[in-house]
Amino acid sequence: MSTAAAGHHDHDDHGPAKGWTRWLYTTNHKDIGTLYLLFALVMFFIGGGMALIIRAELFQPGLQLVDPLFFNSMTTMHALVMIFGVVMPAFVGLANWMIPMMIGGPDMALPRLNNWSFWIMPFAFLLLLSTLFMEGGGPAGGWTLYAPLSLQGGDSFAFVIFSIHFMGISSVMGSINIVATIFNMRAPGMSLMQMPLFVWTWLITAYLLIAVIPVLAGAVTMLLTDRFFGTSFFNAAGGGDPVMYQHIFWFFGHPEVYILILPAFGIISSIIPTFARKPLFGYASMVYATASIAFLSFIVWAHHMFTVGMPLAGEMFFMFATMMISVPTGVKVFNWIATMWRGSMTFETPMLFAIGFLVMFTIGGLSGLMLAITPADIQYHDTYFVVAHFHYVLVPGAIYSIMAATYYWLPKWTGNMYDEKWGKIHFWVSTVFLNVLFFPMHFVGLAGMPRRIPDYSLQFADWNAVATIGAFGFGFSQLIFVWVIYKCIKGGEKATDEVWEGAEGLEWTVPSPAPYHTFEKPPAQYS
Amino acid sequence: MSLISRFSIIAILSLSSFAARADINMPVGVTPISRDVYGLHMLIFWICCVIGVLVFGVMFYSMFKHRKSKGAVAADFHESTVVEIIWTAVPLFILIAMAIPAAKTLIAMEDTSDAEVTVKVTGYQWKWHYEYLDSGINFYSTLDAEHNAARQVGSGIDVSQIDHYLKEVDNPLVLPVGKKVRFLHTSADVIHSWWVPDLAVKKDAIPGFINENWALIEEAGTYRGKCTELCGRDHGFMPVVVEALPEDEYNAWVAANTPVEEVKITESAGAGTAAVAASADADDDREWSLDELLAAGEGVYAQQCASCHQADGAGLPGAFPAITGSAVATGDHAAHIDIVYAGKAGTAMASFADRLSNSDMAAVLTYQRNALGNSVGDTIQPSAIKALR
Repeated sequence: MSTAAAGHHDHDDHGPAKGWTRWLYTTNHKDIGTLYLLFALVMFFIGGGMALIIRAELFQPGLQLVDPLFFNSMTTMHALVMIFGVVMPAFVGLANWMIPMMIGGPDMALPRLNNWSFWIMPFAFLLLLSTLFMEGGGPAGGWTLYAPLSLQGGDSFAFVIFSIHFMGISSVMGSINIVATIFNMRAPGMSLMQMPLFVWTWLITAYLLIAVIPVLAGAVTMLLTDRFFGTSFFNAAGGGDPVMYQHIFWFFGHPEVYILILPAFGIISSIIPTFARKPLFGYASMVYATASIAFLSFIVWAHHMFTVGMPLAGEMFFMFATMMISVPTGVKVFNWIATMWRGSMTFETPMLFAIGFLVMFTIGGLSGLMLAITPADIQYHDTYFVVAHFHYVLVPGAIYSIMAATYYWLPKWTGNMYDEKWGKIHFWVSTVFLNVLFFPMHFVGLAGMPRRIPDYSLQFADWNAVATIGAFGFGFSQLIFVWVIYKCIKGGEKATDEVWEGAEGLEWTVPSPAPYHTFEKPPAQYS
Repeated sequence: MSLISRFSIIAILSLSSFAARADINMPVGVTPISRDVYGLHMLIFWICCVIGVLVFGVMFYSMFKHRKSKGAVAADFHESTVVEIIWTAVPLFILIAMAIPAAKTLIAMEDTSDAEVTVKVTGYQWKWHYEYLDSGINFYSTLDAEHNAARQVGSGIDVSQIDHYLKEVDNPLVLPVGKKVRFLHTSADVIHSWWVPDLAVKKDAIPGFINENWALIEEAGTYRGKCTELCGRDHGFMPVVVEALPEDEYNAWVAANTPVEEVKITESAGAGTAAVAASADADDDREWSLDELLAAGEGVYAQQCASCHQADGAGLPGAFPAITGSAVATGDHAAHIDIVYAGKAGTAMASFADRLSNSDMAAVLTYQRNALGNSVGDTIQPSAIKALR
């Protein structure tokens, strides 16, 4: 201890380094959390811009704006950016900021690894986005990169695969860090079943990531060698199997779906009790439901593939297993409503987004139940009905939970209250346009409009025009979000330490804004 | 309460009439399976509606009643084993009730036995090929030329004036009413998916695999669908059109179209080449003039090549090579013929050996050499292609 105290570099509280190198070299969980969140926000607008190009082309029938190949590359990139560049980094950013503070630990367990996990991401996405400017354009075979179509792309495909490897490495390192933090850094005496649900859901999510990202890495590496080194893993003419790619991909892909939603469950489980001023109903069953969903996510992958020609027994198994998911998911929704029941509710912006999540995620869940019915799924498959379904669970699901979390914890991060009036306006404008955007997609999907098409038959024209209006409204209303965050960082009414009247948890026991280092001495209330 | 029940009856009735509209709901279709599927779809839809009304009803009631501004004081209960068991068990029973009819329909859908007619459906980028295994009739089915012209970027054509825009083909699949038809699905390049909503038939066409499916059409009519698996640039432009004829008309169609002996596949070629194709067999051996080949080649190029290599031959750099100025298209005959005849492995360039007649292939090769900005000045004769077969 005495040698380390030499010079000014002692163990007293010290603030962040000065200048831009602070962000490059930082090992502080709060700095890295901020970097992740800002990165996600920037990518949200890039991915959103791609969505607007898609919707602009689909505003009316006929091809007005873009070549079909570029359209395909927009749908592909939009998905890759939104999944790997927005939702996942935003959740990791929230985990970085909140998990150490929620469990009373001083920082993440592996701070240098943490720095590296983040700084891989900007380079991965530079690589991915740069393919749009290369000869042959970006990947245009859909984000699922199905063989053999994805193998027809230009040489830029190698960059796409390389960037997916980077993202994967970043996610796995982030997950290892989160697992190590949760198991080693909890306040003395805090048992697993005393952890906030956000910590629980992230623990389970981290295990999902560690389990499935290597599967994705294997799948895309096989694509790489098929494309450039003459192997035939997925080439039927060379003895390979194109369907095998889909099995491997979806063995990653379905757990990935829950990676994108389990942390959201944790966020909602934090926010609803606060604004209902009542403890979360059924904490233990929430934990078990999360674990059940995670387990089921590994045995339902082929419900994405009901039209590939599986044996009847396989179709039956995947239908029943998929239907089972609605049981633990239902338990969660019922628990949240029971938490609200006979509470004393107020409706600040985080609560509005949480309720928006609850209502619209449930709508997405119900259409998911419809999709589980295999004979009906054969009609729904690869139509806009599926597009409507997964956008309902991802936008008012994952994205709304991230927005709810931002409004909920922003006063803790900045020390200032955000502008409540503009927060509420952001919620209502977003919610109206979001439904104008996505609800009509159910209609055109059922009526027979396939997904991933740049032009469509006349019977779908009206609802597509409506959806495009919704898309532009929703897209531009996100500028309100940026403005509210900017204003809150700059100043505003000072936040108290508790911030919210009904808030429970260790993060509310530290000052607002949270000091650069928190819980250097562990909290005593669990020991 | 009576007001609420009256209101909900009105809501359900208006929802029902809304759900019956063809532009926003799944078609009932014209096969026993499609009717079953529609029934399952509506059953699960109504179950979801009931769940939604109950869940959201309780939630919104709570949001109005239990708000702080109305003086609500928070209770502090946070678990109830009985309630939790109930809301785990009840959904489980609903699911079992739902799974039984779903499984029955699924079993019926997969039973392709005892079919009377078998059609092999092969997906190509971006067209379908149909082959009647019983009679030997076979042909390609491609997006109608008028629609194809209208759908180009900046075509200036008002697509709203085109009937069945993007759902019209040159040669529809003709099927009999009242007979069990078995489909065999496969693909020559990437994965496609053959879908006709009115038949509730959707199956992926996968290279190297043959998938089975079936339909028993109960009403004569024209049924339109699309490819539903992303298959590259023109995925949106390979419609499926099924024309279901009464049995006697179908038999007459089969009799009129059954090939007498081996006849080449030329029906997918452009309109300009149809006359040439008719007497193609004898034509293969004679010497064609440059103008003749160019005239025929232009139509074939527009139909077969322009999607990727573009109408002006400029290609899309990096994805699809240009024809204009191409070393292959202006160089040695053998290499130029080979790339069109055999295709190029590992790229979107497919083999056209089975897709084009000798004269069509010779014509399009000659066209590539002497149009689109190229002017080699020589011809490739149908006899050169014939020699390869």
